[in-house]
Amino acid sequence: MALRQASLQVLVVDPTLCDGAGVCAELLPEHIRLDDWGFPIVHTPEVGRDTRGDAERACRACPKLALHLRRRDR
Amino acid sequence: MTAATTPVPNPTAAAGRSEGPSGLPRLLRGLDDPRTDLAAHVRRFGPLPTSRLAGLGAEVERAGLAGRGGASFPTATKLASVARSGGGVVVVNATEGEPAAWKDHLLATRAPHLLLDGAVLAAGVVGSGEVYVCVGREDDEALRVLEQAVAERPSTEPSVVLLAAPHHYVSGEATALARWVGGGDARPVWGVRPDQKGVRRRPTLVQNAETIAHLALVARFGAEWFRSVGTGREPGSALVTLTGDVAAPGVTEVAFGTPLARILEQAEPTDRPQALLFGGYGGSWVAADAASSLCYSNKDLRSVGASVGAGLVAVLGEQRCGLAETARIARWMADENAGQCGPCQFGLPAVADTLDRVAWGGSSRADLARLHRWIEEIDGRGGCAHPDLTVRMVASALRTFTTDVERHLTTGPCEHARRTPLLPVPDLRGESWR
Repeated sequence: MALRQASLQVLVVDPTLCDGAGVCAELLPEHIRLDDWGFPIVHTPEVGRDTRGDAERACRACPKLALHLRRRDR
Repeated sequence: MTAATTPVPNPTAAAGRSEGPSGLPRLLRGLDDPRTDLAAHVRRFGPLPTSRLAGLGAEVERAGLAGRGGASFPTATKLASVARSGGGVVVVNATEGEPAAWKDHLLATRAPHLLLDGAVLAAGVVGSGEVYVCVGREDDEALRVLEQAVAERPSTEPSVVLLAAPHHYVSGEATALARWVGGGDARPVWGVRPDQKGVRRRPTLVQNAETIAHLALVARFGAEWFRSVGTGREPGSALVTLTGDVAAPGVTEVAFGTPLARILEQAEPTDRPQALLFGGYGGSWVAADAASSLCYSNKDLRSVGASVGAGLVAVLGEQRCGLAETARIARWMADENAGQCGPCQFGLPAVADTLDRVAWGGSSRADLARLHRWIEEIDGRGGCAHPDLTVRMVASALRTFTTDVERHLTTGPCEHARRTPLLPVPDLRGESWR
């Protein structure tokens, strides 16, 4: 149980870095959509094992490196 | 708001005026005496109790002092955090970013040594030798009075550096002010706490001017004295700026838990109040009927979706359009975004555009539905609380002025929408971030 909890991560956007490129919403529609101005809304922050790889790739693909995966307890 | 330099007479204070520290006012004690020099200050409040420094952190915790800048955060927690890290910096925030508020100015110009006492004591508690007191850049009087006061302080104290900070609304936010004091822009920083990483990445205690003044009194008279007014959960007194449709605007000091009706009575409303704006421009509108039976405390105000915030209480009379006032404030808050985060930079102007149409004509039901969706979507997505507070203020207006929204939608702007604006919105377009 403790192991599973530790592995649960959440997606976080640094809004001061994000410039609305929209890559994250394209790569992770199951977690992120865009608002009316093209900025990300993380509608499902929790990342499980099934989308973990995609989420990591999306974080690396963000041109501003504004998307982060963080341990939930932070 | 020049009239506000004269405090509203406080009946409680008048009755209880004595040499001892009983009753109210506390911070505004002896304000009818124009002298602000150190000797007059010591006569008014007694000498600085530096001998009690060792136990002051614990005393502040027992007092239950909470921040008076807006968030009501426990002061002792911040003190302890910065003290633990060591090598910290102290920043007193007297920048008064709230356009309609006047309490920072009043404290800085009428009780400058109380602010300096608090700053020096806080520096002692957290073990800091670097102390800044920041005023708003346009507040020349505050800077001048504080300069005179600093020159009178004994050389045994840590020296206090006075700074005139950019006057943007978000520049008074703790991370923004710490960033500016450290040489950066006065814009908020995302994801850090100043008590951990503030001025030049050092642990920094950022305290509002009123909070630091209360601390100076807790050091003198103790926690028990502090708690002898107010409520159990919200002890002590608080400065309230009364403004709007009132004959006696100004700053008054009230005990937490004072009936709102009594506070409003002091301000002498010039018209039957229809609603009150609590906290500040990032605060909440509450219908006057809903507020009339409440007491002035976060506990009571939260029951109607408001909080004491930065101590603003603005009265909106019946011959006013709450939507027009809200539209002006929302536009100003939108203009005051720091240009850092998309949801704030693009979302708030869109919200303000829609509110303009709701207030002055041309809005539709689709407009209104979209506005409600934006309020939900923008909240929580900025680097600081500015977008959250702005959309929540707008939401409170849509709740409070529901009948007016409906009337504006169906029959156009009301007769009061074109009246001269009530609440001030300063022109800060030329103001820099440095």
